[in-house]
This record gives sequence, structure tokens and C-alpha cells, in this order.
Amino acid sequence: MIRAVAAVAASIVLMTVDHRASHLEAARSLLSTVLYPLQLAIHLPIRTGDWLSEQLLTRNTILAENAALREERFRLRARLEKLDTLEAENRRLRSLLGSAEQVDQHVLVAELISVDMDPFSRRIVLNRGAQDGVLPGQTLIGSHGIMGQVVHVGPFSSNALLITDPSHALPVQVHRNGLRAVATGTGPLNLLKLSHVPNSADVQIDDRIVTSGLGSRFLSGYPVGKVVEIRRDQSQPFAEVYVEPSAMLERTREVLLVRSDPVTRQDPAFEAYMSWSGW
Amino acid sequence: MVTPMTHQSRWVITSTFVFALLLTALPMPESTAIWRPAWVALVLVYWCMAAPERVGVVVGWTAGLFLDVMTGTLLGQHALGLSVVAYVAHRTHRRVRVLPLWRQGITIFALVFLYQALVLWSNGIRGIPVTAPAYWTSPLVSTLLWPWIFVVLRVIRRRYAVV
Repeated sequence: MIRAVAAVAASIVLMTVDHRASHLEAARSLLSTVLYPLQLAIHLPIRTGDWLSEQLLTRNTILAENAALREERFRLRARLEKLDTLEAENRRLRSLLGSAEQVDQHVLVAELISVDMDPFSRRIVLNRGAQDGVLPGQTLIGSHGIMGQVVHVGPFSSNALLITDPSHALPVQVHRNGLRAVATGTGPLNLLKLSHVPNSADVQIDDRIVTSGLGSRFLSGYPVGKVVEIRRDQSQPFAEVYVEPSAMLERTREVLLVRSDPVTRQDPAFEAYMSWSGW
Repeated sequence: MVTPMTHQSRWVITSTFVFALLLTALPMPESTAIWRPAWVALVLVYWCMAAPERVGVVVGWTAGLFLDVMTGTLLGQHALGLSVVAYVAHRTHRRVRVLPLWRQGITIFALVFLYQALVLWSNGIRGIPVTAPAYWTSPLVSTLLWPWIFVVLRVIRRRYAVV
């Protein structure tokens, strides 16, 4: 009886501390190191299956895929050249404005080793950890858009929260007109909900949503998704806007971990703005 | 009390828990995730009934903590659920272990339901929405699996003479 009461009390204390503060990160990362072999063991059959299906592809499939990839490479190369000129132009304009250069982004490829087991949250485990230089708060990017952020870092693996998790909020803006909003996850629905968008706001179905970079946790300008549903009820103060994420959150195996140091405070434009606005 | 056998028993019990953790972490399609049986809770209840001197609240709490780290929930959510389950199973083991398997199933349903409810409530406090089916799907599947798990674990217990 005493043990049971002690265990219940200890659990409640742990939950409260874990919920409110981050003192338990060390304990969590220690336990996750112990569990790492288990997660590898689970991943092994899937990896073997992938390898086998890759080995057993027919020649025709490979030829077709090869042709498609070649075509895509040509298209991408053309776009890349255009991008190079744009980047050069951007740099020149920035130097004209006298603002600090955007710091180079560090990119790391990571692989999913397990997905959430709790159907109400959207979390994944990645095969990169503190050893590979992963930091808490790093942005996760898939090939079609932003996926989430790293929340816990263990020595060899890390835990990330997807943007559709109900506890996740992402500062975004409408690409067409720059309207700012915050996109929160909805969990099982696999959609994002824009909170506090006025009924009169200019949002349309199929509008592209990108990250706004406000709050300096996420980089700005990454695709988030497109608006799929708008419910305007005049009796409610805000419209309900639902966004379908463009990153294939349920199907992606590899992700990019991006880190970029936020714009430095020495930025003269930033300083000027801060003094002007009375900060 | 300490014989060479007790060391082996400890390993056997630990490895059944490790196996249960493995089964819990096995990737499943999104739509079937809420039907996932509570493997760790089932193994815990079995050992609470079969080896009550070895497995109880403390083991349940520890297993729950590992489950918390594995599933990425708040530390203590599963630990709370499993320690309560272990306590109830431990208190009732004399009565439950003599029941026929199908009536044990009713107890299992109640225990896993309690466990699931505790985990879902602590999720609710964090603001994660809970749907009604989640309360009974996992207990139902766990109950249906109980006879098989019971038989398999009993074979293991007799084979390795776990006391």
C-alpha cells in the first residue's frame, strides 16, 4: 500500500516537473540510450524488407525510374542555375542595404527509426543525436515542406514533434498576401488549424501557407501547406481555417535537420528599427 | 532464500518485459494504432499473479517509466497507470489466479481499462484531445489476447522454473 502511494506520488511529481520544466532531459536521454538497441531491433526487419524490395525490382521499373529521375535532374538543374543568379543578386542587394548576411544553414540528413505509438500525439524518433550535433529546437524538413522540430536530444537519437501534434504551434503567413497566423496541430485529423484569423481576413481555398520565421525558432519562407477548408460563421469572432500540410508526414522516411543561427543583433537595419520603435 | 535459480528468474522476467516493450514499439498502420494491445500491462499482470514476491508496484513503475521514454509521453504517465494496475493485480492475485481463463479476462478488461483511462486522463490534462473509442479498444483487444499470453507465459515460467 505504501509502495503504491509512493509510486503514484512519484509519477505525479515526475509528470508535473516534466510538463513545466526541462530538468528531466538528462534522465530521459539516459533512459533513451538504454532503449536505443530495442528501437534498432524493431527497425531491422523494416530495413531488411526495404532492401529486399529494392533488390527485387524488375529491370523495366528501374529503367523507367531512371528515365524519370534523369528528366527531373535536368529540370532541377535548370532551376538551380536560375536560383544561383537570384542568390547572387540577393547578396548584392543585401550588401547594398548594409544588412548582415544570412548565416549559412547547416543541414543534416536523418532517418526515422520509429513513429509515435500514441495515436493522439504526433512524434517521431530520428537516428541522429547529440553526437551528430543535433540541437533541441532544430527544424525538420521533408522534400515537400516543413515537418516539425526536435524536442528531446539523446546521445544517439532524438525525438521530434511533428507540426500536426496538438501541442505544436507554428508561426505562418499566407504566401499570397503575407497575412500572419499561427498554425496549430489537430492530432488525428492530420490537418493544421489557423488560430485567430478574423472572419473578414483575406484567405481563400488553395492559398499557399509558408513559415513566417517570427519567434525565430523556424526559418522563414518554407512551404507549410495549402488551405483546404474555411468555415466562416458570423456568430463566431474568428474563422476556422484548415491547412493540409504539404510535407508527406505519414510517408517520409528521411528528413533534413536544418539549423540556422537567427539574424544577429548587430544587424544595423534591425538596430535602427529597434531604436525607432522604442525598444 | 537466495538460490542459484533466483538469478535466472530475474532474467526471464526482465526479458519478457523487454519483449513486451518491443511489441509495443512495433510500427503499425495509423488506423489500427488505437487497437494496439497493452502488452506491458498484460505481462505485468501475469507476473503479479504468478510471482507476486518478485513483481509488484516497483517493477510496474519502472516498466512504465521505460514505456514513457519509448512513447515520448510525459515521464510518469505510463508509470502512474502501470503502478496502479500492479497494485490492484497484486492485491487480488490470490482470488484471480484460481479463476477460469474467461473470467480472468473480465478482470484483465477492467485492469487495462483503468490503465488506459489513467494514461488518457493525463493526456487530457496536457490538452491532447481524447476520442471515446480509445477507452475500450485497447482493453478489448488485450482481453481477447489474454488466454494466449497467459498460456505462453506459463510455458515460459515452467520451462525456466521461475518462482
